Amino acid sequence: MAFDKMELRDVEVWDGNFAAAQAMRQCQIDVVSAYPITPSTPIVEGYAKFLADGYVEGEYVMVESEHAAMSGCIGASAAGGRVATATSSQGFALMVETLYQASGMRLPIILNVVNRALAAPLNVNGDHSDMYLGRDSGWIQLDAYCPQDAYDLNFIAFKVAEDHDVRLPCMVHQDGFMTSHTAQGVHTLDDDTAYGFVGEFQPMNDMLDFEHPVTHGVQTEEDWHFEHKARQHHDLMTKVLPKIQDAFDAFEKLSGRKYNIVEKYDIDDADVAVVCMGTSVETAREVALEMREQGIKAGVVGIRVVRPFPFMQIRDALKDLKAIGALDRSSPNGAPGMLFNEIAGALFNTDTKALLSGYVYGLGGRDLTKKHLKDLFIELQANVDAGKVTTPLQQFIGVRGPKLQFL
Amino acid sequence: MPNTGWDEFEIGAMLRTFEGAVDDIAGTLQEDRPYSPNSSFTASVADWRIEKPVFNKDYCIDCQFCWVYCPDISIISRDKKMLGIDMDHCKGCAICVEVCPTNPKSLLMFPEQADEEVEIANWPTKTTKEI
Repeated sequence: MAFDKMELRDVEVWDGNFAAAQAMRQCQIDVVSAYPITPSTPIVEGYAKFLADGYVEGEYVMVESEHAAMSGCIGASAAGGRVATATSSQGFALMVETLYQASGMRLPIILNVVNRALAAPLNVNGDHSDMYLGRDSGWIQLDAYCPQDAYDLNFIAFKVAEDHDVRLPCMVHQDGFMTSHTAQGVHTLDDDTAYGFVGEFQPMNDMLDFEHPVTHGVQTEEDWHFEHKARQHHDLMTKVLPKIQDAFDAFEKLSGRKYNIVEKYDIDDADVAVVCMGTSVETAREVALEMREQGIKAGVVGIRVVRPFPFMQIRDALKDLKAIGALDRSSPNGAPGMLFNEIAGALFNTDTKALLSGYVYGLGGRDLTKKHLKDLFIELQANVDAGKVTTPLQQFIGVRGPKLQFL
Repeated sequence: MPNTGWDEFEIGAMLRTFEGAVDDIAGTLQEDRPYSPNSSFTASVADWRIEKPVFNKDYCIDCQFCWVYCPDISIISRDKKMLGIDMDHCKGCAICVEVCPTNPKSLLMFPEQADEEVEIANWPTKTTKEI
């Protein structure tokens, strides 16, 4: 191979962006087509530097917008290359049209999404609005809680997305600034081990196979469109989660680091729990342990795979709880939050008597403090003691002004 | 194909142009290529057309301008001899007529229902520029 390998220490001090860029380097991507946007810019910038310094063999395409960035990725992926890029927020929003193209065309593109709020008002800080915007786009969505996860989940993403039984694009989410710009110790894989895990790219129906010419991105109307969408949904519902589990198992053998489709912390004997994503999971874990010292049996459930939504795994993880708080870091704008709805859907038609309430928090990078979570756990315990939800079903946490609550 | 279920075709918004593997497609004439039923070559889009070009070989000088300019590869030319028009794929855009350099033109547009033999019999004669 005509590129240099990089010597890494067992533990490197990396932020989430650099961890993702390093993982992309180790996966040896053929084409990165990218456009910069805060806070994801250092991912593609870092990757470009690796390429310029001779650590990667591939093409780096600088384009005029995020729409063009994903379009370039789609073309390169259809041609038969390993492809990835990164974006955030407004850039993600501009990509949305092409996100549906990528998944419908069954192209295994990896998109690192550094989660950031959506304007207006303009805001560069982290919340999950962009993640939620992509949740019906047909992509697989993995969620990292820290730089280590951002590094590891990139390998999982390539491994799962490129599997010929899957062939679906995959996003790796990390929280803007809280993960992307916070340096932590990251346990590394050496270059050969990392590349060995994802393996050489195996093209499928690639346009560069001149013996089997194909037309990609065809048009269908009422006669065929439904069948294509049904096939894609079928594969998301039945094939992806088992493949992710296989990849998690293989990765644990390789690295000793264990990931789960639904992450459970102190859940087995818990009475109350919060369900959340991103960096909030780590804060909530710390607070849950403190609550236990005060006699409240608290636990935390973290969503690792956002799409396909782990309906059965969530149902199983939450079945013995007495009260659940669903934490959504995106304004639902006129509805209960996504996690509230998904969890309610999963638990309905079961025997669980768990009391479910929803919370909207952290918009535009507003901190979710330990105090917030402490009050929340106490509220959930009050629900348990009363045998009913004592508050409105939807409350806002950490917003100034009169208490905001609905339903 | 019409009753194919969601689980019965290949994934992706992708269609194969040919049945099986192909070799030297660039050196193979269209009529000799193993086009699949999914290729648009095997589908007629003649009903998209409301006007049609009629070819009068009496005036054609085989300059190949129409073949070069046709946006749908609908001019049939073999060994640099203009043979006619692929009426399954011609959309009636009239670009071939526009670029035809002969006087009178060897290609002219007529309503779709016009009779080709009648129009050729009544073909316009050479025009001269008024000085």
